[in-house]
This record gives sequence, C-alpha cells and structure tokens, in this order.
Amino acid sequence: MIEAIDLRRTYQTTTGVIRRKRLDVEAVRGISFSVEQGELFGLLGPNGAGKTTTIKMLITLLLPTSGQARVLGHDVVEDAREVRKRIGYVFGGDRGLYERLSAYDNLRYFAELYGVSGQRQRHRIDEVLELVGLKGREKERVEGYSRGMRQRLHIARGILHDPEVVFLDEPTIGVDPVGARDLRQTIADLVTTGKTVLLTTHYMFEADALCDRIAVIAKGEIVGEGTPAALKSSVAGGRVTEIEVFGVDESILVRLRGIGGVTAVTVEEQDQKQLLVVQTTGERELTQPLLAELDGIEVGRVASREPTLEDAYVALVTAE
Amino acid sequence: MAAGLRLLGFAWLMHVKMMSRSAFDGLLAILWPLFFATVAFFMFRTGHGHSALGPIGLAAAVMGIWTATSVPASSALQRERWFGTLELLVVAPSNFALILLPITIAASTIGLYCVAGTLLWSRFLFGIHLTVVHPLFFALGLFASVVTIGSLGFLMAVSFVRSRRAWSIGAVLEYPIWLVCGFLVPVSLLPAWVRPISWALGPTWGMRAIREAAYGGAPLVPLLVCLALAGVYLALGVVMLRFFLDAARKHATLSLA
Repeated sequence: MIEAIDLRRTYQTTTGVIRRKRLDVEAVRGISFSVEQGELFGLLGPNGAGKTTTIKMLITLLLPTSGQARVLGHDVVEDAREVRKRIGYVFGGDRGLYERLSAYDNLRYFAELYGVSGQRQRHRIDEVLELVGLKGREKERVEGYSRGMRQRLHIARGILHDPEVVFLDEPTIGVDPVGARDLRQTIADLVTTGKTVLLTTHYMFEADALCDRIAVIAKGEIVGEGTPAALKSSVAGGRVTEIEVFGVDESILVRLRGIGGVTAVTVEEQDQKQLLVVQTTGERELTQPLLAELDGIEVGRVASREPTLEDAYVALVTAE
Repeated sequence: MAAGLRLLGFAWLMHVKMMSRSAFDGLLAILWPLFFATVAFFMFRTGHGHSALGPIGLAAAVMGIWTATSVPASSALQRERWFGTLELLVVAPSNFALILLPITIAASTIGLYCVAGTLLWSRFLFGIHLTVVHPLFFALGLFASVVTIGSLGFLMAVSFVRSRRAWSIGAVLEYPIWLVCGFLVPVSLLPAWVRPISWALGPTWGMRAIREAAYGGAPLVPLLVCLALAGVYLALGVVMLRFFLDAARKHATLSLA
C-alpha cells in the first residue's frame, strides 16, 4: 500500500545577514520501508528526526530530492492527484480548521474539496461524527472546541472521503490523557474498518499499544524496524537498571557508559531528582559497579526491570 | 464541470460566511470606505459643486469593493498558512485554482456591503439621489466589477504565493488602483504613459460600465471588456499557480508561517 525506496530530502537554508551562506540540511537520508494493507505502521523518532518530512513526501506535499515513493501503486511525484484522491492526512495541533465555521461546515467544505457527492455528504458526515464522538456538537463553532475535540474533528475531516490510506502525524500531541486515550481508540477503530494507517508519534506507549510494526527513525535514517515485540527483543537478554540520583553531571554519565556491559545511559530530570536509566547486556550483574561510579552522589531508589519499547527506542536512537 | 462549479459556489459561500462573522472586519469593511467617500465628497463639493457628487458616490462604492479585496486577496494564502489549512487545501485532489478563486471572490463580494453602505451614506448625508437609467446593466456592472476585482485579487494571491509579506503588497496597491482606474479622476486626465495600465485593469472598465448604466450611456462594451479582462487574469493565474505550487513543493515553502 505504501512503499518508500531510498527516499531522500534535502532542505536549503541560509545563515548570516551580510555574508549569506547557503547550507544543505539532509532531513531524510535514504529511507526505505513498506506498509501492507490493513496495517498500522508507526514511524517513531525524536523531534527533527525526519518523520514529518517523510510523511509530507508520501502525501505529495514535498518533492523528494531523490528516491521513489508509491502509495497504492501511484508514484507520489508523477501521479500526485491519484494519490491525493485516495489518502487522508491528519496532523496534531490546534490549527488546520476554520475557527469561525461550525464543525459541520468545516466537514462540508472538505467534503466538497474531496468530491464527496451532495447526496452522500450528509450520511458520511453523520457517520464520521459518530465515529469520533462529536455527534450532537457539530453545529457549534470550532473556536469553542477543546483541544481534544479539535483533534477528533481533524480525524473526522481526514477520513471523510473514506480514504484507503490514512496518514496521522502526531495526532495526540498536546491532548490530555483521557482525550488521548479516546483518540487512540478512534485510531484503532480505523484499522478495524479496513484502513491502512501510517502513524508518527514519539509516545512509546502509544506506538506499543497501536502499531503492528514500527520503524524507528533518527537523524533521517531508519535505525530499527519490526513489530513492537521484535524491537523489544532487540534489547532482550538485557536488563534495565533505574537509579534515582541527585546531582549527576555529564562526566559521570561518560564514566557509566564506560562500564563493560552497559549499552546505553540516559537521564530523566524529575523535579528535585534525576532518574538514571541504564541499559545493560544482562550478562552480569552491574548494580554494584554502577553504584561504585556514583560514589559521593546521593542515591535514592534502585530498581531492575525488563526492557520496554521505550528502552529499545532509546538504545536505537542513541546508538552511535 | 458541474462539480467544479459546485465547488466554486460552495467554497464561495463558506468564505463569505467566515468573512462576515468577524464583527471587527465587518465594521472596518463598512466604515473604511465611508471614510474615504466622505473625504472625496467634501473635496469634490468644494471644487465642482453638488453636480459632481453623483459620479463620486458611484466611484466611492467601487473603491469600497477594491478596498475590501486588495489586502484579503493578496494575503489569502498567508491567512490559510496561519489557519494551518494551506497544506490541507493543497493536498486535496481538487484543482487548487478552484479552491483559491472563491476566497478572493468572497472578499470582493464583501465589498458589496461597501457599495450599499456608500450609496446610502451619500443619499442620507449628502443628499445625492442616484437615478439609474439602465438598472439591469447597472446590476451587471456591479457583478462584473466584483468578478474582475476578485479575479485580479486571485492573480495577486497567486503572484504572492511564496511571499510572507503579501498583505503589505496588497495594502501598497490599494490607493494607486483607485487613481489609475479612474475612480476619482478621469483616465483621460492621467499622463499618457499611465493610460495603457488603466486599460489593462478590469476595475477601470467596471467603473465605466457602472457609470454608463447609471447615466444612460453605452455600458455594454465596457461591461464585456471588464469580464474579458477577468478571464485573462484567471487564465494567467491558473498557469502561474501550477508553476508556483510546484516550486513550493520543491522548496518546502507551503507551511512557512
């Protein structure tokens, strides 16, 4: 359904005011993947990894610098119109809707843009409003909608013309936990209705809960691909040790990374304290060597656990 | 064809609805032209007496259509960028010209508020009773003016597709068009080198058609020229739009806020 072959995209930017210098920034560096019919495929990566650029090339908004991409067999450069007819695109955030119009008018407008016939419009709009849980609120102006309601309206707009493939670019970003849970259910429902979905997110639990397969993208390249279980097993055999500390600096992190058997070390700031997440190969018990390197630092709780998808993700995106 | 016309009509209705719902914009659209009309009335009453005020009332009304169109049209795409809808419109399978044109036509339609407001203003404040000799041609002249100004706005919107300061270009063009199109001063009084520019501008002919219809002249020719020029602007805009959209896809400038 979706196929990307050695896809690249370079942006040109300039620096300086008087002596302007042109720079080439490689946002996507030759990525290849494919998504099968009815699959929910996740593109996972940190900010600036190239997820949105990839999606924008696939939905025909951006021309690739090189490489090829096809959606439902249509080339995204040569057959842009055919691709556009068959896809839906939803992005996260407050924008993308006409605030002064009602939700119903927004949907009618986009239904016209996608050539949904007049007879079918009313039925289809009712259907998508029901699906995203906005039935009964459709006559209200969008300016009065909450962030979660707007995002649900976005999804309704994206699937209004019943596309075979739906691209969701960080759809739950900025939505409160309950709203995000409802949205995830809506996304899961899309797949049960036969849609193929490409989802970008940097929420691990979301990708873990929703995606059939995931490609982890970092610095414009795919650094890992597989089912969530397979990605987790890529750090399998390993262990994760979490240590609460107070006042750890970069030099200590470098020392910890130098311990034999340590594969990745990250630090999460948590109010007054920090949480060290140390991934190890699991071949030997490393708690004591780790604590020895933290000598002189105030240490709180120490715990050991199985790796999660987030650990796999961190290991992949922090690998040199 | 039918689907295209339906899209044009529906999108126009939605954009008129949106533009009409801003109390601030609505108030400005009415008050702004009235302010200029008042200045023009006082100027011409002093210089030419009461008899000159009728044509000036009509000119002020058409000035209102242009005023209501120039800035919104030139910044139409930038506004869609602010809304976050530009990429969604581009990625829709419909011809983008059919999506953009209703926005600029809607802006010039809002200008009709100004026409009504200005004519009422001139009647009740300055005592100008406008008696239209050819009402049908008068209405057609107004329609043609709205279409040609909307189409000129479309051409401007297309031309500034990659400019984030497009609205200021529209603002800069507001007064020169009043002058060059002979709204206040007859084109024949303008320098010879300016006249070809006036003739290439649809509002010049729209204004002439309205005046001829109101005072019993021959409105048909200026009416047809006005509509023909609208067609030229549209054709040029459609060709340029394809080129600029491809450039925007290549240079990634669609989403720049």
